[in-house]
Amino acid sequence: MPQTLNYLKESASQTAGPYVHIGLAPGAAGFDIYKQELGWDIAGPHAAGERIRVEGIVMDGMGSPIKDVLLEVWQANSAGNYAHPEGGGEVEEGFRGWGRVITDFETGEWAFETVKPGPCQGRNVGTQAPHLSLWLVARGINIGLNTRMYFEDEADANSKDPVLNLIEWERRRATLIAKRSERDGKAVYRFEIKLQGEDETVFFDI
Amino acid sequence: MLKPGEYYQRDRTRQPPALTPDYKTSVSRSPQYSMISLQNSVSEITGPVFGHNDIDPLDKDLLQNYAKPGESAIGERIILHGRVLDESAKPVPNTLVEIWQANAGGRYRHKKDTYLAPIDPNFGGCGRTLTDEDGYYYFRTVKPGAYPWRNWVNNWRPAHIHMSVFGSAFCQRLITQCYFEGDPLIPICPIVNTIPDPDAIEQLTAKLDLNETIPLDTIAYKFDVVLRGRRSTLFENRLEGN
Ligand SMILES: [Fe+3]
Repeated sequence: MPQTLNYLKESASQTAGPYVHIGLAPGAAGFDIYKQELGWDIAGPHAAGERIRVEGIVMDGMGSPIKDVLLEVWQANSAGNYAHPEGGGEVEEGFRGWGRVITDFETGEWAFETVKPGPCQGRNVGTQAPHLSLWLVARGINIGLNTRMYFEDEADANSKDPVLNLIEWERRRATLIAKRSERDGKAVYRFEIKLQGEDETVFFDI
Repeated sequence: MLKPGEYYQRDRTRQPPALTPDYKTSVSRSPQYSMISLQNSVSEITGPVFGHNDIDPLDKDLLQNYAKPGESAIGERIILHGRVLDESAKPVPNTLVEIWQANAGGRYRHKKDTYLAPIDPNFGGCGRTLTDEDGYYYFRTVKPGAYPWRNWVNNWRPAHIHMSVFGSAFCQRLITQCYFEGDPLIPICPIVNTIPDPDAIEQLTAKLDLNETIPLDTIAYKFDVVLRGRRSTLFENRLEGN
């Protein structure tokens, strides 16, 4: 029959639920089953660039930390290349650029170590400021939430970033910028994600 | 410079919205401002690549991957199999599929699960595999039991297996749940009913697949997963000489 569009439809998302750790981080659920869990080593031993720690918390609309959230991070290396056939260029051996993090069950704090990414190519012209792509799932989140984390000490690049500049409300751009500090001689970025409220984090439909 | 071929935009009429008050936990965990729509850049059209070094062949056999030697998980033995496809019906090869589930009694092996059904000493409840070049995957497991949960006073989840799929781009990332044909709890579940489209719910319901059963051994259910599809070429590329 002519003029039939034989497309399939994307499967519907469902919440990851409270027991997401069993599937994606079984060690945290309380048992060892796999020889290796995935996503704990983002940059590998050979990656160039500044070694950084990123830490934060995800808050619900009541201002309470979400203790059962799981985050995944996706990032370029310090040269701005992603570890993917269309990623823009070579990456160091062992650099994966992907990580999976869960929170402390008591406090809701999460943290991971990586290297600071470089600027990468923009969609049309120019470059995107260094950033991490983040994806959050948890009980009560029906479909994974996409956001980005930018770096406070990249003010110049941030001011030209095509994605930050898409956000009409300039005040909301600040919700995507992590604060830098030093601890034991190492750079630490803090990124608090708020699901609701006056300072609700910007989320993207990508 | 090449512009990336974009992924088709998400059909939000088939996806659950963030706020679904009958699923109470969503009320304080749903963003209230509109999402900012982003055309795909390299950050969205790329995603992690996995290989056979990342996993073990036994990881996909939940009957055995946590069982003591010579023993096996208790319950209705099933094969869960199907393909990961994109919206253009193209197979998604070499992609990581991870599952987790309750045991046959409806109990999760998790610190936070206190349901009175017993832990099965031979059942971990998680598995993972890579799709083959045709996008095909399979797991061997037990059919999970229904379990109660605190939402309304008396809510029971239909039997379900949680499933996480990557695709080849970060914008294809998906977590969903697989239900089983004929389960009377499906139409009354507040989590199932976060999905606004009955056809999209039907798509999450695995079908009994008698042809793939192993006679006198294991029954089979078929469950295909569809990830977002992608425009193959952008006209702009040609205009720019590509
Ligand atoms: Fe569940």
